[in-house]
Amino acid sequence: MRFTKDHEWVSVDGDVATVGITKYAADALGDVVFVEVPDAGKALSKGDSFAVVESVKAASDVYAPVAGEVVEGNAALSAAPETVNADPEGSGWFAKIRVADVADVDALMDRAAYDAYLASL
Amino acid sequence: MSMVNVGRPTRPEGSTTETRPATLTGGRGLLQDEALIFELGGWDKTGVDLPAPALDASDLGDLVRKDPIGLPGLSEPEAMRHFVRLSQKNHAIDLALYPLGSCTMKHNPRLNEKMARLPGFSDVHPLQPQSTVQGAIELMDRLAHWLKTLTGMPAVALSPKAGANGELCGLLAIHAAHDAKGDTARRVVLVPTSAHGTNPATAAFVGYSVREIAQTEDGRVDLKDLEAKLGPDVAAIMVTNPNTCGLFERDIMEISRLAHAAGAYFYCDGANFNAIVGRVRPGDLGVDAMHINLHKTFSTPHGGGGPGAGPVVLSEALAPFAPAPWVVSGADGYKLVEFEEAEAADAFGRMCAFHGQMGMYVRALSYMMSHGADGLKQVAEDAVLNANYIKARLQGVMSPAFPEGPCMHEALFDDSWLEGTGVTTLDFAKAMIDEGFHPMTMYFPLVVHGAMLIEPTETESKFELDRFCDALLALAGAAKGGDTERFKGAPFYAPLRRLDETRAARQPKLRWTSEPGANLAAE
Repeated sequence: MRFTKDHEWVSVDGDVATVGITKYAADALGDVVFVEVPDAGKALSKGDSFAVVESVKAASDVYAPVAGEVVEGNAALSAAPETVNADPEGSGWFAKIRVADVADVDALMDRAAYDAYLASL
Repeated sequence: MSMVNVGRPTRPEGSTTETRPATLTGGRGLLQDEALIFELGGWDKTGVDLPAPALDASDLGDLVRKDPIGLPGLSEPEAMRHFVRLSQKNHAIDLALYPLGSCTMKHNPRLNEKMARLPGFSDVHPLQPQSTVQGAIELMDRLAHWLKTLTGMPAVALSPKAGANGELCGLLAIHAAHDAKGDTARRVVLVPTSAHGTNPATAAFVGYSVREIAQTEDGRVDLKDLEAKLGPDVAAIMVTNPNTCGLFERDIMEISRLAHAAGAYFYCDGANFNAIVGRVRPGDLGVDAMHINLHKTFSTPHGGGGPGAGPVVLSEALAPFAPAPWVVSGADGYKLVEFEEAEAADAFGRMCAFHGQMGMYVRALSYMMSHGADGLKQVAEDAVLNANYIKARLQGVMSPAFPEGPCMHEALFDDSWLEGTGVTTLDFAKAMIDEGFHPMTMYFPLVVHGAMLIEPTETESKFELDRFCDALLALAGAAKGGDTERFKGAPFYAPLRRLDETRAARQPKLRWTSEPGANLAAE
């Protein structure tokens, strides 16, 4: 699993990356009450806002950690947004993206580097 | 001697214990537990008896409604009591200080109300011939003159109906100005991280994408980040001054110079104009468009007492694109120039059906004229003085988010002073309700952790400010002294205890539905 400074995580299987927000982000947001995920087929450049997550406190954009095309959005989140709090780095995933270049994923932080980044905040 | 000893007791007797039994009905201290008006009324009664219609023929034919209309029937006292009881559960500026940061909950002078009820202003209709409402149109012209003079801007659109509607008006004028120059590639609006949420929302509504500008350690716009993000794709920047941290953007001249050098316009969110009115003219700062919340700076009522009004002042560059209507005067008196007329050829359109909130124009002008130019200057000075008094009294115990230097019209604290107490900003705010004080704005701006934003306004006396500060200091002492139960369970004394905001957001009940079989027939 790889991580961004904007607290997204990426997990790659073949050329498809599953993307979500980290436990740190989910805890900081508080109780998530609404999630908007992208439709399949949407083309993404790295850094594009591709999803919206809303908690009682605030609404935030979620950015594409890598370029690619959306294969599937996690439709279950619209009925059960609390999944993002309960299991942010598992069943609370946001979208699966067919990655344009898998090397982009390797360039992101690994768990140790992300933990060190969190400690620096 | 003979003595009647069963009369009315005149002193408290019996239990002095602090434990309170729950009431049997949910009522509390002469206030009943209030049901929805739909639950109070059925169709077995009505406040008005109408005679049966004399005609039994109807032109509606099959279009006659067959379903119940679902409106509750109540007698006049039932309807009146329902709304008065609801109002008693509400907080209001007429009850006590209302320290909501960024909202400017100042006193609404009663003189304004008296003026707004003059028949010449209150009994007119927007479709009346203009020759019969010359006084009302002249009042709009006077108000426009005051707003232009106070802001140093050449034009004003009076019609926007609130702050966010004013933002929309300003960005539409900016959009029209770029279009008129053939400069159609500008698709981005820059907004600082501390902005009001309406700023990015407005930009997105107009079709722009939003890019955030970083903030410096001392709570201002980061000039380097602004410069890096300005470019040929940027249509406008939206900056609030003073900003939502209660701080004056000291680099404001450089901010406007950088924006203009990049070909962008400078939209200023004027929500905090009350901190600088009479002291600073936004036109002198290079502002191209700014909305003015009449319901903040110029003391017209907020929310349910409103409606709001958000006139927008415009620079020379944007003035031609101002929305219709506007007032002109000539030999024949005053006249509203409408969108269809040749003079409005460049206007981007109109913001609403008629000319905006006439009642608010009367109140705002009444406020301006009763204060005068010197009085309005004192408004800004006293607003800033009051906020700094609060900051000075609380900063030994609570932690200011930006301790360096004075603040403007609002004092911002973070929650670092609560660390280790187990009490959160939310808990602290709820405990304030028990002590008889409406909480400050919480968790905004988002850039400050556990933010508590206090805006006292200029209409509070030192006596009121001291009562407020005394209450906060007493609560802060309790929090630091380990009395967490007082906070975690709060509010104990409000009509309802702490609400489940998460469940309300996840499973909102947006409309009332009747129980099956309820008596709501169409009669």
